[in-house]
Amino acid sequence: MQQLFIDGNRCIGCRACVEACSECPGHGGFSMIHLDDLERATTVQTSPTVCMHCDDPACASVCPADAIKTDAAGVVLSASVERCIGCGSCALACPFGVPKIDARRELMMKCDLCYDRTSEGLAPMCATVCPSGALFYGTREEVQDRRLARPLDVFAFGDRVVSTRNAVMAPVPVARVEVGVWQVPARSRAELQLEEALCD
Amino acid sequence: MAKPTASLEELVDRHGPHLSYEPPGGFAARAHADRKVKTHCCFCGQQCGVQLLVQNERVVGVEPWEEFPFNGGKLCPKGVKRYLQNNHPDRLLQPMVRTGNGFGRIPWDEALDLVVERVRRLQERHGPDSVAILSGASLTNEKAYLMGKFARLAVGTRHIDYNGRLCMVAAGAANLKAFGIDRAANPWADIPATDLVLVLGSNVSECSPITTDYIWRARDRGAKLVVVDPRLTPIARTADLYLPVRPGRDSALLNAILNVVIRRGGVDHAFVAAHTSGFDEVLRTVERYTPEAVAREVGIPAARIVEAAEMWVQAPRTFLLHARGIEHHTKGVDNVLACINLVLATGKIGKPGCGYATITGQGNGQGGREHGQRCNQLPGARDIENPAHRAHVAAMWGVEPDVLPGKGYTAPQIVEAIHRGEIRGLVSLCFNPLVSLPDATFTREALERLEFFTAIDFFLSETARHADLVLPGSLQEEDEGTVTSAEGRVIRIRKAVEPPGEARADWRIVCDLARRFGQGERFAFAGPEEIFAELSRLSAGGVADYSGITWDKIERQMGVFWPCPAPDHPGTPRLFEGGRFAHADGRARFHAVEYRPPAETTDDAYPIILTTGRVVSQFLSGTQTRRIGPLVEQYPEPRVELHPKLAAKLGVADGERVRVSSRRGALELTAQVVATIRPDTVFIPYHWPGAWSANLLTLRAYDPVAGIPEFKVAAVRIEKLEISHAAALH
Repeated sequence: MQQLFIDGNRCIGCRACVEACSECPGHGGFSMIHLDDLERATTVQTSPTVCMHCDDPACASVCPADAIKTDAAGVVLSASVERCIGCGSCALACPFGVPKIDARRELMMKCDLCYDRTSEGLAPMCATVCPSGALFYGTREEVQDRRLARPLDVFAFGDRVVSTRNAVMAPVPVARVEVGVWQVPARSRAELQLEEALCD
Repeated sequence: MAKPTASLEELVDRHGPHLSYEPPGGFAARAHADRKVKTHCCFCGQQCGVQLLVQNERVVGVEPWEEFPFNGGKLCPKGVKRYLQNNHPDRLLQPMVRTGNGFGRIPWDEALDLVVERVRRLQERHGPDSVAILSGASLTNEKAYLMGKFARLAVGTRHIDYNGRLCMVAAGAANLKAFGIDRAANPWADIPATDLVLVLGSNVSECSPITTDYIWRARDRGAKLVVVDPRLTPIARTADLYLPVRPGRDSALLNAILNVVIRRGGVDHAFVAAHTSGFDEVLRTVERYTPEAVAREVGIPAARIVEAAEMWVQAPRTFLLHARGIEHHTKGVDNVLACINLVLATGKIGKPGCGYATITGQGNGQGGREHGQRCNQLPGARDIENPAHRAHVAAMWGVEPDVLPGKGYTAPQIVEAIHRGEIRGLVSLCFNPLVSLPDATFTREALERLEFFTAIDFFLSETARHADLVLPGSLQEEDEGTVTSAEGRVIRIRKAVEPPGEARADWRIVCDLARRFGQGERFAFAGPEEIFAELSRLSAGGVADYSGITWDKIERQMGVFWPCPAPDHPGTPRLFEGGRFAHADGRARFHAVEYRPPAETTDDAYPIILTTGRVVSQFLSGTQTRRIGPLVEQYPEPRVELHPKLAAKLGVADGERVRVSSRRGALELTAQVVATIRPDTVFIPYHWPGAWSANLLTLRAYDPVAGIPEFKVAAVRIEKLEISHAAALH
């Protein structure tokens, strides 16, 4: 199965994914990717957030209009234009903060894994252009073969455990990540080395 | 006097920069493309392959070109949104002549006649060299070649230079000295196969983003990464070792690294003896540069310098990459030579996964510096002062050697000569010196003194606002040609659409002018492919030998690495295999480098170091990227980056307005307080004009060999602005 693998460690914050998402034929100039500076005052670390395509998607479960469908390949589609009422319940429910509400169109839009492209065997726009490999589209075997980092697709939000179709890359193998409140960001070796700079 | 006759507001209103966000007719109107044109991004020296989508003869979008080997579909945000420069409301559509209020239309024939009449009048009165040509390193090889020939034969001036003077010349001069050839030593495909990547003065993630993946692919195999930069850039953030060098101290640092390498037994004596000369003097010189001796000056603890050297020694294969961060200095050539000394001393070059390269910055930064549009150069990367080279080119052009003018001024020297009245006329193509040269106030004064100025361009750049005559040329996607990427790979630029309105392909404009200058038979090209055939024929036997390259071969091979001296030659991806260098004796040259301080050091009046550079969403002087809405939104205006410790000393908080002053000028900016820069250094990106121009602060100090300006070090002071000022109109 072709999946999207997200390696925040490689992200350089260039926003090529954001710009490319808006160019996907089905997206009409609208980008569905969140690209965040974690804490620019102390680090250049950035993080791309695309839909994780949960095995049991909270967005679809809470949707009062039944506007969010999952296809046979496990891709959670963007909201149906006909059904969506733009209420934003999905945005509140999503543990990853993915759905965006286009208030003007009263429509939720989120990553559909570039359905127009992936259904034709192409990679999603974001992973095609990503210049650092922070977004990689391929099989689990491919990514494990090529990289030292390991895929991770189980996230525990307290008692609620979410498994996902897409995966994030972890520097060391872990079975699941306990999502909680952390001191963000932990400082990298390079950040510590900058503190040693001699200035006088 | 070439002063704009309309107000800034009027010029901006008529000619931009305005922002383009959508393809023609909007995203909804974009259906299936009529065709996909395989070409390359118009911006940096990475020259990523990209497909432009064309619908109803208009460029409407982009599709990654995954088959192109260099980038495999990868793009940075500039590459994704580059298509928005086409169909742009600011596009120059007809020739324009200066009137009492801005510009008015003029027919092509009148415009071209006017150029020749005014240039000849100046030359008759003040000599042939009273007119200069400025051209660009974003131009195709064909145009670069044409501009050199045009200057020497049609205009007959010795003063032609290009904006690569602001980019690649320090690396180029040093490579020529050390290796006898100026080209990346290795293809990028060698990076993933290395064991240690050493990156000096290159914000890879923002200035050559595609290179990021090459470095990570090496790290995926366990390679180490060492980054030298005064700013903790995205590529530096995850480095195994980060050396936050004080701006302007690179050669001292590199000498110290070599000092430790030598003491740790890292020298490859067999390689040095068999393939190099001049090592003894380097040995003597670096002996004094112990890590302890230089630590304070370079701003890095001695132990970290030792660590870098030990990592270099321990890695079987290394790849050293550098860029403008060590090259934009009054000792840019020295800094590069010091890098090369390290590579040569350890024999780490010319092998798979083991090599060296400068990351060439401009779109055709490599090819643009080979075909004769430089002040000291003839086609084939030949030397304009070498009698044999002159004779060869003169014979090919069908003129006597003494017809060829001698060495002219560099681009900054041309502007200085304009300022003092020695040069009175200027023809420019694809160069925006008012934004890109140091000391912008001086550049503006110079432009205002021009007696006749013709600008060929596709948008009215800030510099072109000063022109007497503006000729609408072509965007990259409106003409055929070739460029040579940072790897030394010659690739094809394909025409997607015709120039709009009355705009014409640049080569046609230049050939039409040449005909009017009485040189028609030497510029009787039917198109760019004929120009390429002439330049490749002429390059035969030169250092940059393209004679075995044809457009067809480029397409079949997805690019051809020069030198390619024969039709059946496959090209040369990796140079220096077997330790064979391009000097006549086959040996590389060491050059002992003594550290010199920057031209301007800090003092009580100006106690802070300013360094300048780029952001990922903008390109160079911004003539194109400041017109592309999504890119402008990423980073709308320049901010000054400073460390919290410095900010506390100045009493400045993040987001507050400050005045940054140097001995040349001042500008008011928003402070961005970040712990990712040395506390003694501030950073301002340079893509903006007018009151936002970082080059109001930089100084006219140049490398004595290469003439590259010292953009990376100036002394400034910063004061908090108590009243919040409205963003300056630019």
